[in-house]
Amino acid sequence: MVESNDGLLRAEDLCFSYFNGRVVSHVSLTLGRGDLVGLIGPNGSGKTTLLKLLSGVLKPALGHVSLEGRQVQALERREIAQRVAVVPQELHVPFPFTVREMVSMGRTPYVRPLVGLTAEDHQVVRDVMGATGIGDLAGRDFATLSGGEQQRVIIAMALAQEPRFLLLDEPTVHLDLNHQVEILELIRRLNREKGVAVLAALHDLNLAALYFDRLILLNRGAIVATGTPAQVLTAARILEVFSASVLVEAHPVTQAPQVTVVPLSQ
Amino acid sequence: MFKGRVGYGTSLLALLALLAMSGMVAISVGAVSVPVEEILKMGANRVAVGTFVRNWPESDEVIIGVIRLPRVAGAALVGGALAVAGVVFQALLKNPMADPYIIGTSGGAALGATVAMTLPVTATWLGFGLVPVLAFMGAMGTVLFVYNLARTGPRVPVVSLLLAGFAVSSMLAAVMSFLMLISGSALRRVILWTMGGMAVNGWQQVAVVGPVMLVGAGAIYLLAGDLNAFLLGEEEAAYLGVDVERRKILLLFLGSLLTGAAVTISGLVGFVGLVIPHVARLLFGADHRILLPASGLVGGSFLVLADLVARSLLAPTEIPVGIVTALLGAPFFIYLLRRNKKEYGF
Repeated sequence: MVESNDGLLRAEDLCFSYFNGRVVSHVSLTLGRGDLVGLIGPNGSGKTTLLKLLSGVLKPALGHVSLEGRQVQALERREIAQRVAVVPQELHVPFPFTVREMVSMGRTPYVRPLVGLTAEDHQVVRDVMGATGIGDLAGRDFATLSGGEQQRVIIAMALAQEPRFLLLDEPTVHLDLNHQVEILELIRRLNREKGVAVLAALHDLNLAALYFDRLILLNRGAIVATGTPAQVLTAARILEVFSASVLVEAHPVTQAPQVTVVPLSQ
Repeated sequence: MFKGRVGYGTSLLALLALLAMSGMVAISVGAVSVPVEEILKMGANRVAVGTFVRNWPESDEVIIGVIRLPRVAGAALVGGALAVAGVVFQALLKNPMADPYIIGTSGGAALGATVAMTLPVTATWLGFGLVPVLAFMGAMGTVLFVYNLARTGPRVPVVSLLLAGFAVSSMLAAVMSFLMLISGSALRRVILWTMGGMAVNGWQQVAVVGPVMLVGAGAIYLLAGDLNAFLLGEEEAAYLGVDVERRKILLLFLGSLLTGAAVTISGLVGFVGLVIPHVARLLFGADHRILLPASGLVGGSFLVLADLVARSLLAPTEIPVGIVTALLGAPFFIYLLRRNKKEYGF
């Protein structure tokens, strides 16, 4: 493979299996500056595993991931973390950290021992707290925040890494509708304003269609469709992948495809 | 409680003052009471910054310089080392119930000490008898064994580490009980040793153990940021740029080294390594950049005072300091927990 900084996060022919047989098979994809991509598919279709492979915490059995032209497996964690940030599905924190302390942890890949956080680090932390609207929560204990607020803090922590690629694993799961919308608006704004490339695993097809430019549909570890929401979300494909019969109609305002379930009894 | 209100430097200065005051009281009090003023004059004379006329008996100089000061220094070092090791293990294992002994250090150390006490041999090495030497080797050997048991390929999952530590400790405890049973005469010594007590005679042991502890604790402090990340889980730590497995083995080694070093001069002092980190966390927050030095200083002060109680309460008989740490520390810990119930989600 040619070593060149192409500015891309690229997966080529990734294969992976756990002992219990869950699999990612022959997945190739490319994520570049400004991309806003939703990763959809049924539970167990390999969304989370794919994100872990892309971030280098899992090693693929076949294929490889390259980050700006270099093999992810050959990079140090610190180098990866300065470019790729991951927002995990859940974060359990056993001890009382304040919001500011949590967000500051996003500077871990830049901090040098003994020096600690520099003025520049503190500035980045303030900036991302402002951008995610959690400036007022700085001194609060993370554990006492609502689900939506916690999710903002975790996203702010990821942004403090100043990543070029932001991978999110179901960032709106467990949230109420208003918080889901808030988080997705935030992700889109960060993508548009800062050019951060976003790949987010999502379970809500309609929100995915509304907020993302491109969708990747996974089924049993393989990509079955990729393209604009209108290209990916067709009634036939949803029947095939999710075994649910649906109607797909254009959103009255944005024209994005919206999926409506048709009960079997009809 | 205080976090956010008092700055980093102020907090640490206050804790240093606390340690100095605890030490001063502990040096002053004993079978022969030596006034603090006299101790200060002695010290000033010794380091040649003062020239006070000696109007105290020469025996006081020996009591302070040769007996009490090394013992108090030892207690401060042991308390600090155990507290720092406790912080490390709680973060690595992401477990508030973790203490420095959790992955088998105590079992290995106790077996080593028991073997030394039942063997009809005596030896001395750098001021240490056979008991501390075998206890240290037992502690470090057990951690190495447990680490390798828990390893699955390139990874060492913390759950395996906990379980392997528990299993190996139980096994070692059985062997130890058997040895105690057949030896008979060593029974009481072994029991006392496992309850902990400062065994410092003069400066030599402190001069060996002290630098090991200080260097170990300093190295851990350099990894404070990584310990923060570990608290979010190993996967999240990896996302934040921490080389998880390498840092884990380094931190396990450093934590065990502090624990093993502490064990050589104090036996198995319980409670300090479990509770002091929590106390420090409640007072100063969970960020390891402040938590590590704060725990070290609080732990040092605490054990200095606990040791003072242990040797004064039934003087001239000493009671094991582990009894004092539990009796003093537990109620205080419960008080803090209840007071901070909301902040501390137990």
